[in-house]
Amino acid sequence: MTTLLNVDNVSKTFAMGGLLSRKTTAAVQNASFSLAAETPEIFTIIGESGSGKTTLARMILGLETPTTGSITFRGKPVGGATKVERMAFMAAVQPVFQNPFEAFNPLKQIDRYLESTARTFLGLKDRTAVERAMDEALQTVGLSLAEVKGRYPHEMSGGQLQRAAIARALIPNPPLLIADEPVSMVDASLRMSIVNLLKALRDDFGVSVIYITHDLATAYYISNRLIIMQRGRIVEMGDARTVLENPEHPYSRLLKASVLSTEDAGDGKLATNPDMVALATRLATAPGGQLVSRPDGRLVRVYEPV
Amino acid sequence: MAQDNKRRDILTVEGLKAYYQMSYFGVDREVRAVDDITMTVRRNEIYGIAGESSSGKTSFIKVLAAALRPPFRVVAGSVKYDFSSGPVDVADATDAQIEAIRWRHLSYIMQGSMSVLNPVRRIGRTFEDFAARPLGLRGKAFEERVVSHLEKLKLPADVLRAYPHELSGGMRQRVTIGLATVCRPEFIIADEPTTALDVVVQKEVLSLIRDVQQEMGSSVVFVTHDMSVHANMADRVGIIYAGRLVEEGPTRQMFFAPKHPYTAHLVASLPRIGDTTQRPALEGRPPSLAAPPSGCRFHPRCPLAIDKCKTDVPPLQTVAPDHRTACWRWQDVQPLVSPHAAHGVMA
Amino acid sequence: MFAVLRDLVRYNVEFTIGAILVAVIVIFACLSFFSPVDPTQVYLAIPDQPPGAQYWFGSNSRGQDMFWQLSFAFRNTLTFGLTVALLSRIISIAVGLAAGYLGGWVDRVLMFINDIFVAIPIFPILILFYFVMRSNLNGFTLALVMACFGWPYDARLIRSVTLGLRHREFTRQAVFAGMSPAKIMLEEHLPYVMPIIFATTMANMIWSIGLEVTLAVLGFTNINIPTVGTTLYWANNHSAMVVGVWWWILIPVIIVVLLFIGLFLLAVSLNEYIDPRSRLRRMGA
Repeated sequence: MTTLLNVDNVSKTFAMGGLLSRKTTAAVQNASFSLAAETPEIFTIIGESGSGKTTLARMILGLETPTTGSITFRGKPVGGATKVERMAFMAAVQPVFQNPFEAFNPLKQIDRYLESTARTFLGLKDRTAVERAMDEALQTVGLSLAEVKGRYPHEMSGGQLQRAAIARALIPNPPLLIADEPVSMVDASLRMSIVNLLKALRDDFGVSVIYITHDLATAYYISNRLIIMQRGRIVEMGDARTVLENPEHPYSRLLKASVLSTEDAGDGKLATNPDMVALATRLATAPGGQLVSRPDGRLVRVYEPV
Repeated sequence: MAQDNKRRDILTVEGLKAYYQMSYFGVDREVRAVDDITMTVRRNEIYGIAGESSSGKTSFIKVLAAALRPPFRVVAGSVKYDFSSGPVDVADATDAQIEAIRWRHLSYIMQGSMSVLNPVRRIGRTFEDFAARPLGLRGKAFEERVVSHLEKLKLPADVLRAYPHELSGGMRQRVTIGLATVCRPEFIIADEPTTALDVVVQKEVLSLIRDVQQEMGSSVVFVTHDMSVHANMADRVGIIYAGRLVEEGPTRQMFFAPKHPYTAHLVASLPRIGDTTQRPALEGRPPSLAAPPSGCRFHPRCPLAIDKCKTDVPPLQTVAPDHRTACWRWQDVQPLVSPHAAHGVMA
Repeated sequence: MFAVLRDLVRYNVEFTIGAILVAVIVIFACLSFFSPVDPTQVYLAIPDQPPGAQYWFGSNSRGQDMFWQLSFAFRNTLTFGLTVALLSRIISIAVGLAAGYLGGWVDRVLMFINDIFVAIPIFPILILFYFVMRSNLNGFTLALVMACFGWPYDARLIRSVTLGLRHREFTRQAVFAGMSPAKIMLEEHLPYVMPIIFATTMANMIWSIGLEVTLAVLGFTNINIPTVGTTLYWANNHSAMVVGVWWWILIPVIIVVLLFIGLFLLAVSLNEYIDPRSRLRRMGA
């Protein structure tokens, strides 16, 4: 078994404040996980704002350098040291961003991004070959070149734009996509088409996806494995079904309890147990703790008794 | 009896049409953001309005809030409030009339708390700016009133001396709820008040809005695109699609016995923990309000569409008590999720 | 292009007035190519004639027909202003886009140079140039020197816009689509900077023409080349107002004011037209 991506004990601290009151915040603390090359999977990072999930994604894309620890992609450090290495890395690890309405320059036609991707990463020169590559990728996401060519972003819906963005990312045939909250800004009626698409990419095209979200329900729906992050720390990690059906860490349990269910629509059940909130809040700043493995395969952070 | 019925409704919207009419360098555009909406909101209820981006829901509540700015104007219809101070039609009211009801009778909770709270003014000063005049109180009496109100929202009196940036996102949103409710208004418009919040805080804020509403007996129009929020908040839900109200009914029925294919789809597409069956996705794109489809505006995306849907606009008809839908084939709409199945999974 | 002009003329009064004013003055300046007289020669006309049928703008105390004299003057002044604006725009766009998008040490170095140019007092330096070059100081050399000083404020403005654009998602999309930094700067970011460029072109022309007039009135330019500035220099030299030759001063001042109003209206209306927000609205977003 070869590893596709290996995140090894990665931390990232940001310096805040001025010269006199210099504070450091740990955005990510000692995160470790790895993805295997043979079995494509959807690996989900769950967290609220300030959990460090986006920082972690940026580090995997090579947009930030870890303060300590290392991230390797196929055995080489992510990002690439030289320009050639960097291009090779970008061809293999592609991002999908959060806001489809911001994903393309509103003043420019969408197809130019796809065209540029095909020309740079596939090395295509011939016009028909470029168009064929664009059309293939667009067909994969349920669009076609005829629908997209010459269109401006405002002429398409959020769902179509997000699909076009995913098609763009798929052109170099990357083994790994990093999708940072890809559906949080997409309309409800179009959201599932994107989520189903990510699933199809894994099942039919063998693409691994790192899916970053705050939404437990879609995470449960599509992911194989997941990690739950609280204030930069992984608090629980394991098989998605196992963890979400029966979360063990108090913070994971609070998150699950906070999901608004539609099962009892109209009953107006909204109260959250305040003890749960208090416990989870206390653990956010509790010192250290370490991930301990459980018989069912999950890892849970446990803390020294205070 | 008729008189009673009348008193039951605090807001009556009739045949409301409100358009954006613009002209830029020879390009004339008319966006029919609100196109013939008729609905009522009762006293002491939470009415949820759901709709996607550019469905016209934001424009609709702009009319309800009497916050129209050219080029957006009311073309036809009326928006009548029946306040304790007397009836007001905000589609046709003077600035002075609207000034008289604002905050005292009609108030809003907005999405971004920072747009309401002045970043360089202490919270207490903001309360004075907003509420001192409508309440007609000053100094000590005013402060006591505000502090006792904040207590109900589980906010300490200290927040009055804080600046907005010193508070967390959830606290700030609670402060804006406090601002909107301190005058005990009869009607509150909440526009995506929890969209920017994390899930844990979102649930707290929602239950707070509900508690305050129940304590005061006000009516709330709650706008969000998130159906799971409506499931837990609203007494009745109205669905807006392409500038029109396509279905409204009691929350439970909307979720478990929807009578419009769009509603059925919205409900069915919500994924749930404990259920990995394939969720349906609705194809196509939301229509442009500048050039909406003919007939039923949902027909290009509708799995049930027949030829009639392409030409004739379906009227909003009552199909069950309190339940209205605008669909020619409402009898054929099947709920895609049954309450029993859902509970079975949970058990 | 024609359709754009037609739309602008039809729907924008500011543009129409501005275009007419500027066009009339440009045509007037272009008439100098067909001038029957050499503007550097003196006493070819009867001196001190008021405006009339023979001399439309009168004649000055040096025996020059003011109509042709001003035609040359405006040609030179306009060319000068445009040259300064064009050259300094090129510098400020290059510096602003590069500093804003590339960031890091490029930004720090460029902004350091930028701040030096902001701090250097331009007027003494221009006078120094005059003393060194004397009669070699033609309009183009002066324009070159002024262009070197006319960019730093605008470069900073452009930088601040691109700093915001750098963190937009579409910029990252472009990076991962394999676009080169030059392509991202020129094709993705430049359209957002265009409104600033138009607005500052106007301000820059007013600044450079104003400075040229100041230098010329004081006699620190080549006074044998007719410009608006040197026209006023000679008028002052001959005490035009005192001896009652008011048209020598009043007519050039009126035309300059009209030119500035015209340029201002053009800048305002074009700005509205190319502003990304209004562009998007016309596109139907």
